[in-house]
Amino acid sequence: MNHVFNSIKEVPVKDKQTLPEVQPEKTGISRRNFLKTLTGTAAGIGISQVFNPALIQALEKGLTRHPVIWIQGQGCTGCSVSLLNSVDPSIADILLKVISLQFHPTVGTCEGQLAMEHVYAVAKEYEGRFSFAIEGAIPVAENGKYCILGEMDHREITMVDMVQELAPMAGSVLAVGTCAAYGGIPAAKGNVTGATGVMDFFKTKSITTPVVNIPGCPPHPDWIVGSIVHLLESGIPELDYDGRPKLFFGNNIHDNCPRLDDYDEAFMSMSLSDPNGCRMDVGCKGPDTYADCYKRKWNSGLNWCVDNAVCIGCVERGFPDAMSPFYEPAY
Amino acid sequence: MAGCNPQTEPAQAGKKIKIPIDPVTRIEGHLKAEVEVAGGRVVDAHVSGGMYRGFEQILIGRDPRDATQITQRICGVCPTAHATASALALDDAFGVELTDNGRIARNLILGANYLQSHILHFYHLAALDYVNGPDTAPFIPRYAKNDVRLPKELNDVAVGQYLEALEIRKICHEMVALLGGKMPHVQGIVVGGSTEIPTREALDAYAVRFQKVRQFIVEKYVPLVYLLAGPYGDLLKTGVGHKNLVSWGVFPLDNKGNTLLKPGVYTDGKDYAVDPAMIKEYVKYSWFEDSTTGLNPTQGKTLPNPNKPGAYSFIKAPRYNGKPHEGGPLARMWATNPELSKTGREKLGVTKLRDIGDACFSILGRHVARAEETALVATALEEWISQAQPGKETFVPTPIPQSAEGLGLTEAPRGALLHYINIKDQKIANYQVTSATIWNANPRDDMGQRGPIEEALIGVPVPDAANPVNVGRLIRSFDP
Ligand code: SF4
Ligand code: SF4
Repeated sequence: MNHVFNSIKEVPVKDKQTLPEVQPEKTGISRRNFLKTLTGTAAGIGISQVFNPALIQALEKGLTRHPVIWIQGQGCTGCSVSLLNSVDPSIADILLKVISLQFHPTVGTCEGQLAMEHVYAVAKEYEGRFSFAIEGAIPVAENGKYCILGEMDHREITMVDMVQELAPMAGSVLAVGTCAAYGGIPAAKGNVTGATGVMDFFKTKSITTPVVNIPGCPPHPDWIVGSIVHLLESGIPELDYDGRPKLFFGNNIHDNCPRLDDYDEAFMSMSLSDPNGCRMDVGCKGPDTYADCYKRKWNSGLNWCVDNAVCIGCVERGFPDAMSPFYEPAY
Repeated sequence: MAGCNPQTEPAQAGKKIKIPIDPVTRIEGHLKAEVEVAGGRVVDAHVSGGMYRGFEQILIGRDPRDATQITQRICGVCPTAHATASALALDDAFGVELTDNGRIARNLILGANYLQSHILHFYHLAALDYVNGPDTAPFIPRYAKNDVRLPKELNDVAVGQYLEALEIRKICHEMVALLGGKMPHVQGIVVGGSTEIPTREALDAYAVRFQKVRQFIVEKYVPLVYLLAGPYGDLLKTGVGHKNLVSWGVFPLDNKGNTLLKPGVYTDGKDYAVDPAMIKEYVKYSWFEDSTTGLNPTQGKTLPNPNKPGAYSFIKAPRYNGKPHEGGPLARMWATNPELSKTGREKLGVTKLRDIGDACFSILGRHVARAEETALVATALEEWISQAQPGKETFVPTPIPQSAEGLGLTEAPRGALLHYINIKDQKIANYQVTSATIWNANPRDDMGQRGPIEEALIGVPVPDAANPVNVGRLIRSFDP
C-alpha cells in the first residue's frame, strides 16, 4: 500500500522566509517591553520601585547571550512549557537573543552521549559564568536511582550526580518551579523517593552557589524571564525569606485581590462556577500565598486562577500538602 | 563536539554492536534507548523510563477532588488530558452527569491543548530530525551526519515555520486559559464539569485565536508533513512495530458515550470493542515489586523496587488481551477512520485514513496520522464553539461519596489514558494511572514480548553507528 505516497512531488516553495540572524550581538528587545515583563502587564505599577537607573541603562545598551544549562529532575516539563508562553520578550527572542541555551532536554537538538559530553564541556568552558537552571525535584533516596538523566562513557548519571557536579561550577542557579525550589508535588506526603528542593540539597552537600528560587507549579513565564534578565543586568534580585525574588513574590494575593471588597462585605461565591464574589468558601488559598498573579494574570494576561476557580497556593513551600484540600476553605 | 560518540566503528554485517542513547531528548520525560545493530539495522532494542515520582502513593489519603489538580502534574505538555481522565473517574465515582455546556467547555479546553501538543511535538520536538535549525544553540550541537535531506529553500521555510509555531502554540494555550483559567495546569476542569461559565466575550476571544491556529494547521503544518514524504519516502516503510492499536476514544459528543475520536482495539489485523477488563500490567522487567505483576488497573498496586535485578525501566508493561498495543493519533485515527484532509486526499489519491494501509505503521505514517488528527479536531472545535452557550451552567456540585469506585478513560494527545479511583471514607484509598507513554515506551512483559517502541525499532536502518539518527526519529514518531 505504500504506493499511495509515490505520487508526492516536491511542492514549489511559496513563502520563503529568511533565517533569523545568527548570534546577534544585541537583544533588540525594547526597554519598554522588558519593563512590562518585570512589572506585570495587567496593571501599570510604577517602575521606579522596581528598577534602579543603572539597570535601565544596561538594558538600553543591550545584552549578550548568556550561557544557560537547563536540566530536569522529578518534574513534568510544565515549567519549560510555561516559559515557551513568554510574551515580552517572545520565546524566539529569548532563545536567539537573550540566552544561549546550551542544553535543554526538551528543546535541545542533541541527544545521548553527545549531549552529556556537551553539558560537561560547556560547564568547564564557562565555569563560574553560566547559569544552571534546575527544573524538578532531586530524589536523594536509593542513591539517586529514581531519576536518571543520561550516561557518559558507560557511567550512569543521576539527577543527584549532575546537580552535585555542575552546581558548584555555575555562576548562579535558578531553581525553576515549586518542585526545584521546595520539592513540590514529588516531595508531597506519601512519596518514597526522597524528593528534595535545590537549596535543601545544597545544604547537605555544602554547595554555596547562589540560588534564585522561582516557584510556581508552573511559574509564570515572566517570573523566569524577569529573573534571568535581572541576573544578567544587575545580579541576583532581592530575595524573600524563601529565596524568591521580592519583585514577583513580595505581595500577598488576598491583600491585593480584585475581589477583596467582596471579601470585606462577606459577599461569597456560592459554588465553583459562580462568577461573582470572594472565593474563600470554595477553597481559595490566596490569603496564604505571595505572588503577583492578581495583577500579572496568566497567558498573555487573559485570565487567572481566582477568576476561573480558586488559587491553590502553588508558589508556596507548603504546596501541595499545606494548601489542600484545594476545594475546602483554609479556615 | 559533533561525532564524539564512542561507537566509531562501522556497523559491519554479522557483527553486533550496542548503541546506548541516553538521554533521548526532545520528548517529555526521561527515556533511554539501547539498540543492538547488525548489518546496518536494529536487531534488538531496550527502552527504559528513567524517572519515578510515585503519584499513586502521593494521592492516597487525599480529598478525591484534589486528584484533578495533582495528576495534571504528571505531564506539563498534556495536563488537560490528565485533568480530563481524573475528572471522568471522579464523575463516575460521584455519579454525576454533566450539563451540555460543561461537556462542551471541557472539549474546548482539551481540544485547544490537543492542537498545542501536536504542533509543539511536530515542530519543536520531532522536526529537528528532518530539518537543520540555525547554527547556534539550542540547535547545535547535533549529529555530524544527521541525514537532513531537505533542499535549502525548503529547510528555510521549515525553520520559519518552527518559529511561527512557537507563537501558534502559545495562542493555543491562550485558548485553553480563556476557559481553563491558566495553562500549563488548568484550574477549570473539576469533578462535575468545568468551573468557568463561558461569556460571549470569552467565546469570541477563543474563536478569533482559533481561526489563526486553524489557518496555520491547514496551510502549513499538514502540507509540511506531506512534503517530508518526498525526501524521506523510505521512512514510510520503516518502524512497523506490533501493528496492534488501542484507543479509548475522546471528546464526548453527548452523555451517551459517543465520541469524536472513536474507541477501538485492533489486534492482529482484527477490530474489537474496548473492554477495560482486558488490560493487565506486567512488571517483571520494571522496577516494581514482582508481587504486583499481571494486575488490572482497578486492582492495581504501584510498589517501586529500584534495585530489582533484571529490571530496566520505571515504566510498567500494560498489555491488552495479553498483547502489546500502541496508542496515539494513529490508533485513534485507525479506530475512527475519518475522511482525510483536502491536502491528504490530493497528495495520496485516497479518501480515508485506512486507505493509506500499511504505510500508516511507520515513522512518517504516525506523523501523518497526527497531522490529520490535528485538522480533524480543529474542524470539531469550530462546531463546539458554536454549540457553547454563553451564561449557561457548566458545573454540577456533588458531595463526595462515602465510598465509591470510578474509571476514567480518555485519550491524551500521545495516547490512551486511564485513571482509576477507589474512595473510602471520602478519601482516596487507591489511585492508578495507565498513561499514554506507559502504553508505548514500556519494556518487555513477563512473557518476554517487547514493548511497542522496542518492537518498532527492529529493522530500523542504522548505517552509521556514530549517527543513529533513525532511532531518535522512530522514538519521536510516538511522541513519548
Ligand atoms: S478570592 Fe481568594 S484571594 Fe481573592 S479575596 Fe477571596 S480569598 Fe482573597
Ligand atoms: S493564583 Fe495561586 S494557584 Fe494560581 S498561579 Fe498564582 S499562586 Fe499559583
